[in-house]
This record gives sequence, structure tokens and C-alpha cells, in this order.
Amino acid sequence: MTELLVKNAFVIDPLSGIKGEIMDLAIRDGKIVEEVGNGAVVIDAEGCLTLPGGIDSHSHVCGTKVNFGRYMSPEDMRAGRTARKGVMHVTSGYSVPTTYGNSYRYSTMGYTTVLEGAMAPLEARHTHEEFTATPHQDMLANTLFDGNWAIMEAVKERDVKRAAAVVAWTLSAVRGFAIKLTNPGGTEAWGWGEDVHSIHDPVPHFGVTPAEIIDTMIQANELLNLPHSVHLHCNNLGVPGNYRTTLETIERVPDVNPDRQSLYLTHVQFHAYGGSTWRDICSRSEDIARAVNQRPHIAIDMGQIMFGRTTTMTADGPMEFKLYMLHHNKWSNHDVELETGSGIIPVYYSRKSLVNCVMWAIGLELALLVRDPWQCMLATDNPNGAPFVKYPEIIALLMSRRYREKEGEMIDPKTGHYAPLFAIDRELDWYEIAVMTRAAQAKALGITRIGKGYLAPGAEADIAIYPLKPDQLDPSTDYQQVAAGFSRTRYTIKRGRMVARDGEVIVEGANSTIWSRAQVPAEYDMNHDSEFVKKFEQYYTVRMRNYPVQDVYLPRGICIGTESSL
Amino acid sequence: MKVEDVVCPFCGCLCDDLVVELEGTRIVRVENGCTLANEKFMGDKRLKAPIRRDGKGWKEISYEEAVRETAEILLDADRPLLYGWSGTHGEAQSIGVHLAEVLGAVIDNTSTVCHGPSILAIQEVGHPGCTLGQVKNRADVVVYWGANPIDAHPRHMSRYTTYTDGFFVKDSFRERKVIVVDVRQTETSRVADEFVMVDPGGDYAVLSALRAIVRGKREIIPSSVAGVPREQLFRVADLCLSAKFGAVFFGLGLTMTPGKNKNIRNAIELTEELNRHTKFTISPMRGHWNVYGSNEVFTWITGYPYAVDFSRGIAFYNPGETTSVDILRREECDACLVVASDPGAHFPHECARHLARIPTIQIDPHVNATTPLSTIQIPVAVTGIDAEGTAYRMDGVPIRTQRLYQGTYPGDLDILTQLYDLVKEAKRT
Repeated sequence: MTELLVKNAFVIDPLSGIKGEIMDLAIRDGKIVEEVGNGAVVIDAEGCLTLPGGIDSHSHVCGTKVNFGRYMSPEDMRAGRTARKGVMHVTSGYSVPTTYGNSYRYSTMGYTTVLEGAMAPLEARHTHEEFTATPHQDMLANTLFDGNWAIMEAVKERDVKRAAAVVAWTLSAVRGFAIKLTNPGGTEAWGWGEDVHSIHDPVPHFGVTPAEIIDTMIQANELLNLPHSVHLHCNNLGVPGNYRTTLETIERVPDVNPDRQSLYLTHVQFHAYGGSTWRDICSRSEDIARAVNQRPHIAIDMGQIMFGRTTTMTADGPMEFKLYMLHHNKWSNHDVELETGSGIIPVYYSRKSLVNCVMWAIGLELALLVRDPWQCMLATDNPNGAPFVKYPEIIALLMSRRYREKEGEMIDPKTGHYAPLFAIDRELDWYEIAVMTRAAQAKALGITRIGKGYLAPGAEADIAIYPLKPDQLDPSTDYQQVAAGFSRTRYTIKRGRMVARDGEVIVEGANSTIWSRAQVPAEYDMNHDSEFVKKFEQYYTVRMRNYPVQDVYLPRGICIGTESSL
Repeated sequence: MKVEDVVCPFCGCLCDDLVVELEGTRIVRVENGCTLANEKFMGDKRLKAPIRRDGKGWKEISYEEAVRETAEILLDADRPLLYGWSGTHGEAQSIGVHLAEVLGAVIDNTSTVCHGPSILAIQEVGHPGCTLGQVKNRADVVVYWGANPIDAHPRHMSRYTTYTDGFFVKDSFRERKVIVVDVRQTETSRVADEFVMVDPGGDYAVLSALRAIVRGKREIIPSSVAGVPREQLFRVADLCLSAKFGAVFFGLGLTMTPGKNKNIRNAIELTEELNRHTKFTISPMRGHWNVYGSNEVFTWITGYPYAVDFSRGIAFYNPGETTSVDILRREECDACLVVASDPGAHFPHECARHLARIPTIQIDPHVNATTPLSTIQIPVAVTGIDAEGTAYRMDGVPIRTQRLYQGTYPGDLDILTQLYDLVKEAKRT
């Protein structure tokens, strides 16, 4: 039995309704408890900001395309390297750090749970191998279904139950967490070098539309009672004028779940563009925010970009090729049979590029214009908009109008003409930041049920203590201190164990992988569905028996089991 | 006992549909395998126990002794090299990287003498690729360039290209065109719809000509380029341009011939150019069954696919300097651990000579061309036969190899973990 007592903590715990109180946190065997004995190890938080461990609900850190981002970019690896020190392994990389690099950097920023945004089922084993080598965060994998043949066939037959059964089989086989749709239909079209350009464009050969895929998957998700909603990367990412596609998508989402959103739209900054070309691109954040404000059953994340070098990587293969046609840097692509695609190119977001400045403004606008912070989470689609180490700067920007104006002086002066950012007065407070960086994520992902995202008794003792004293700081003016404070915790506690202190990781990690398994009736078990099995053996290049990820890849797996309503 | 859907640990095709019949711990029959697979499973004659050089002969020693002496040799070295890795599973490769990290060693895999130049090209211009099932289900044009799969990857054509039907290609043999580019007739060129015979060393020029044609500059093409007539170049370019889905596979005939990484860069840029017109992908024909896995594992731990030097504490990568051949040729390396590969058979003579001069330890079940250069050899279980673990197919698809029976040999992972623990302990004190 190990006991820990964090004293004098300035706690903000939105899910427990605590909005900033000096209190003690008692921890026993990795959980928050009512009280501990006199023998407990005591940490004096000295009134510092204490939050549940950070949760990133959309980040690309592990798996085939992430590793290819490293593989093809020795210049990025050289741009961020540390030597072996204490228990810390060597790390390399700036925008696509090595797994230990990601893990240490997240941990020293107080993040204890990270969702990998896109895992191709066929290559899931790879993602899980890298999860094990990302030892300080509990990991979850969004599982790609955007171009899944069995799903599209079920959609075509208007058979939601069959679609649900395919999802249940796949998530269980690949130890995935949630349904991810990346440019639904578009990744299959990219198998022929094509794309879909609206949610009503038919997918070549399959005769279904993105809208039908999205609708069916939202229903299938609820039939399976999965913890998270469908997680959508909308069609037309990065295309001027795409806000219409995004709005049209939002408008068709029914409110189907009382506990969380019905649809999670990711990196919405990339989907909120007006105009018709790169010359007249403008912000449509107000339209998007209005739509979100009117619909409490929608949740989004920002997809903020920050100026500087980074690497873009997504399952959205056609989008990456279009981006490559703009940048002419280097381009990788990796289509995955029967399932999805992916692409990678390095980019540089420049303060001198009006387009980039407008993109930068849009992300911030979304966070400031969506009224309820539970509906808009802070993320950069790491590393697409910026590496996650930029989160503290984003927090500071959201908390300080003055900081935004100061940054505004450094960028293209025409930005204000195309984006409303500088007319927005709102400054987010500590509570709202706490919501946007952990509580909202826990709720949106549906992982409060396993004790994530809050600090009441029974919760996992994942805690971040920042060297920030909210009663002595005015974020509006002290924005530099805010950014510095969120970059490096005084203490990061993971499952009751102190794992990082003052920017250094001090113990070996022992993370868990969280996955979902929906129980389905025997007639919906795809293992025994002769048509599914026949097509699998005919068209995949691995045998069905060799496809599922074995338990050995999840040394400390946590399965969220659900009963389906099939 | 019959085991189905067995993964073959021989080449980068990583076929996973073999049927292996066992009598106890003896493999008696292999179905679905190519001749290489049959030999791998059936011709498995291993060293009985660890051996140490003893004058002109060898002496059997215990595993404990062998591991302890290996640790001492590595700890005593100023510039240790840990080489090989392509013939073992990812879990063992991971420990290998951590061992190199603690030792401050150089770790390198067989890509260094194989598709290393392909990696350099990818680092310059990227890699438009796909999984092999995309090719099987969609490709109507397949190009083998400097590769002879019928000999080197015997089931590549029957599992992934010419002889297998796919979802969109119902009659593969008729519907798929096969283009073979090589400097000589091969078994593969004989089944090609279009065989392009290039003068040795002429690949770069032919690729450039094709790029020019695809760019619409037919008028600048001379009457022949590196021995290939203009008309044939036009025909090949037209075949590619009219493809719905084209797939290029290249081998060491392009990677290791004059031009090396620049050849690959040119081929990738041709593929990129074709993507402006239709769908095209390009993929290296990786040799060892898990060489791609060693690139993957090295990359997620260190940031680099091969030739990683930890001597400065950080991971440092500079092919040409930190590559095995260069370190050995400069006679810099003063101890070498060889794992699951055979540099004695593949390295230049002067490198092999240096390996013989320094303490070289080999972890490998079989007597091979590296054995005569070694000081110690430690036999281990064979991954895919009596050891299991992760392998990455040539297209990046990870597959778990099985353990078919419980044997008596320790696995690579056991030996390396023991070494790692000994070295960590010594470094701590």
C-alpha cells in the first residue's frame, strides 16, 4: 500500500464542480481516496495550480505514419535531441519526437492520457508496440473506418446493424478505442488518385456518399454503446470554402446520447475556411461557432496552428497530395488495403504568409467564440498544426487579449481583414482552461467511467501540479509566466506515483492501453459470418487468423466493455 | 501436428499462409512455401551450444559463460558496433537498441548494405507507397525495376501481383501488364509484357527520360537512352500514363548500382510525376523478413532507421560515417556483436578482415560465413520456428510470427536481455 498526500493544492476539478479551492488530495494505491494515514508521503503544493492529469483527445504520436514521419525526416530528428539521463532514454525529434521524447515531453507538461488520432486497423500492432514505448501516458487509439469496404457495403445495404457488427469485430480485433472517420469515402477514392468534394459525392465503385457513411456510423456507434462518439475529420480539409461542408455535416447530426456529444469534429480550424481560393481565403469561425453553440450535442477540438516548422500527417491521403502540390517539399503516402490511406509532408507555417496567419487566427477564434468550453477542446492535431509542446503558448493566447494583440503586431497586417480575432475581447479563465485540456476530453471520450479527468475519491490519481499561483497572477498581463508554468509541472503524478518533477522524468513508466469491446449477439459475430470471412481471405493480404492484435501487445490493457443494443 | 497460417521468416514478403507439419520438435512437411521457405523450415541445422575460439579450433562453453564474456568484451570496447538485427523479431531489436544506448555503441542493421540508399532517397523526397493489398486489388500495371522476384521473392507475384486476382482485377494474368527493367534477361523478365533492357549503369538516364516523357517533353528524347530505344520508352510511359493504378517495385539492381540513392530518388520522382496523371506507388523489395522491422524499431526509439551512433550520448546519424562498413573499413571498431545476420558473407573483404581481427561475437543459430571471423558464437532459437515476435513486412504491415514448438534453445530476446542487464549493472557501479 503506497500513500501520498498532496497538501495546499489550488485545485480546479471541473467534473467534480471544484472551481479553485485550496485543499488536500489523498492518494492510496493509485486512486484518490478520502483520507490517508500519517505515514503517507507528503507533497506540499504551496498553493500551486493543481489539475487532473492532462488528456489529449487528438494527437498523432504512435503508429505507421508517425514513424514514417520520423523515418523520412532526419532533419527533424536532429532538431530536438537529448542524451540518456537517469531513467530517461535518448530522445530525438522536434515535431515528430521519438516515442520516449513524446512521452517525457507530455509528462513534464502534466499530460497523463493521450489518444492517438488515427490507427489503420491492419497496422494496429505497430501502434500498440509504440504505445508500450510511450510509457508515461495511458493510450487510446482512434480506429480508422473511413474507407472500410465491409462498412461501405453495409452502408450501401442500409444495414446499420451490420455496420455496427463490423465495428465491434474490428475494434475488438485491433484493440481500438473509438470510430475514426478521416475524410470518409475520400481515402477509398484516393486509391484511384481521386477524392470526394462534398458529403454527397459518391465514393467510386461503392455507390455510397460520405454523408451516408457518417450517418450510419453515428447510429452504429450508439447501437454498440461505445464510450466515445464517432470522431470525425470532415471532408475537404484545408480547402478554401470548406466551412460549408463542415456546417452541412454538423447540421445533419442527431442528438442521440444524453451523456456526451453525438459527434466529435476534430481539428476544426482546418475546416473553417471561407473564400474560394488561397487568395481570398478567410475565417468562417463565427459560422462554425454559431452552429456549435446551437447544438450542445456537438464537440470539437481547435486544431490550432502555431508559426514555425512542423510535419503534417494524416490518413487523408488526397489532402496531403494537394498540400504537396503547394509546398513541393517532400511527400510520402501510404494507402492501406480495404481500409484507409495516409500521407505526410513537412511544412513551415510562416508569419509572413497571410494564409497561415488567417489559419492561426481561426483556431483561436473557435476557442473564444464557442461559448461552452466543454464543447471546444484545446489541441493542435499534433503535429499537424504545431507540436504539442506549443500548448502552453496557446493557453496563454486564449487567456490574454494583450498577448494576442502583441502577436498580431508580428504577423501579416492584413490578417484582421480576413479574420475577426482582434475584435474578440474574451479572455479564458483558469477554470475554462482546465475544462479545455482535461475535463472536457474525459467527458467527450467517455473515460470518466474508468476514473479519468477528475480528482474526487475513486478517480485515478493522475495529477498535474503547475508552478502557477492563480491568486497571484493576472493571466491577462502575466501571459509569459502562464506559458512557462504550463510548459513544466512542478510535479506530475501518474496513478499515484510521482513520475516527473521540474521538467524531468524520474521513474520508469508503466502505462495502460484503453480499448473498447462491445458484446454482440452471436448472429452479429463477424468471426462466423461466411461472407465477411470469405471476402477477408480473398482481398486482404494477411490471413484473418493473423490479423487480430494478441494480448501480449497490451501488457496493462484496460478494456471498456459495453453491451450492444443489436 | 499441423499448424496453419504460419508466417514464413525468410524474405520481406512475410507470407502468412504456410502449413507446417510437425512430429514433436521436428518439422516434417511445409505446404504453400516457396523453395526458400522449405529450406528455412526443413534445413534448420543448428550449432549445438555456444562456442569460443580456442587456438585454431573451438571449445564449447556454457550460455552463462558466453553471455558474461560477451558483456565483458562489449564493456571493454571503446567503439563497439552492434550489427545485424534483420533476422530477429522487434522485441529483440528493441533491447538491442537500448543495449547500444547504454554502451554508447553504434547500432546498425543490414539496410546499411542493402536498401540504405533507398532510405537516403526517401529522406530527400519522401515515399509514395501502399500496402501490398492495394496492388493486389487494384494495380493494372506493375513494374519490377532491378528486381528479380521469381528468384529472390518467389511468391511476390503469386500473392501480390501478376498471378493473384483482386477485387478490381478479376483476371489478373490478362488484365495486369508487367513491365520489367533490368540489365539482363531474368526469370522475371521472361514473363513480362514489356522487357526494358538497360545498359549497366544506365538506370538513372532511363528514369530521367521517362520523367521527361511524362512531363510532355517527348521531342527531347534521343533515339536511344542507355540502350533503350525511344519507341520503347514512349510505349512504357504510355502504359504507365494509361494505368488506373500502377505499382513500381525496385530491387538492389537499382539501389546498389551506379547512381545508388540518386537512382531511387529519380524513381520516386517519376512516381510522384505520374501521380499528377493517375495513381502510382513505389516500393522497395526488402530482403530479410524483418529488415523493415529493424528500421521501424530503430526509428521509434532513436529517430533514425539505421547507422545510429550513441557515442556522444545522443542519437547521431550520418550514413557514410556511422555506417558499419565505414566504421570497419576505418578500423575504428574494436568489438562487434553480430545478431541475426551474416556480414561475413555480405561485407567487403577489408571489413570482414577487420571483424576477424577484433573480438566478434555472433548470436545466430547457424554456422555461416561470419562464424570463421568470430570469437564467440551463441546459438539461439529461430524466430518463426521456436521463438515468436513481431515482424514488419516489406510494406510496413506488422505480423506476429509464431512459435511452432517449445525448443531447448534460448531466444535472441533472452540472451540480449541478459546482456543488457549485465551491462546496465556494470555501468551503474
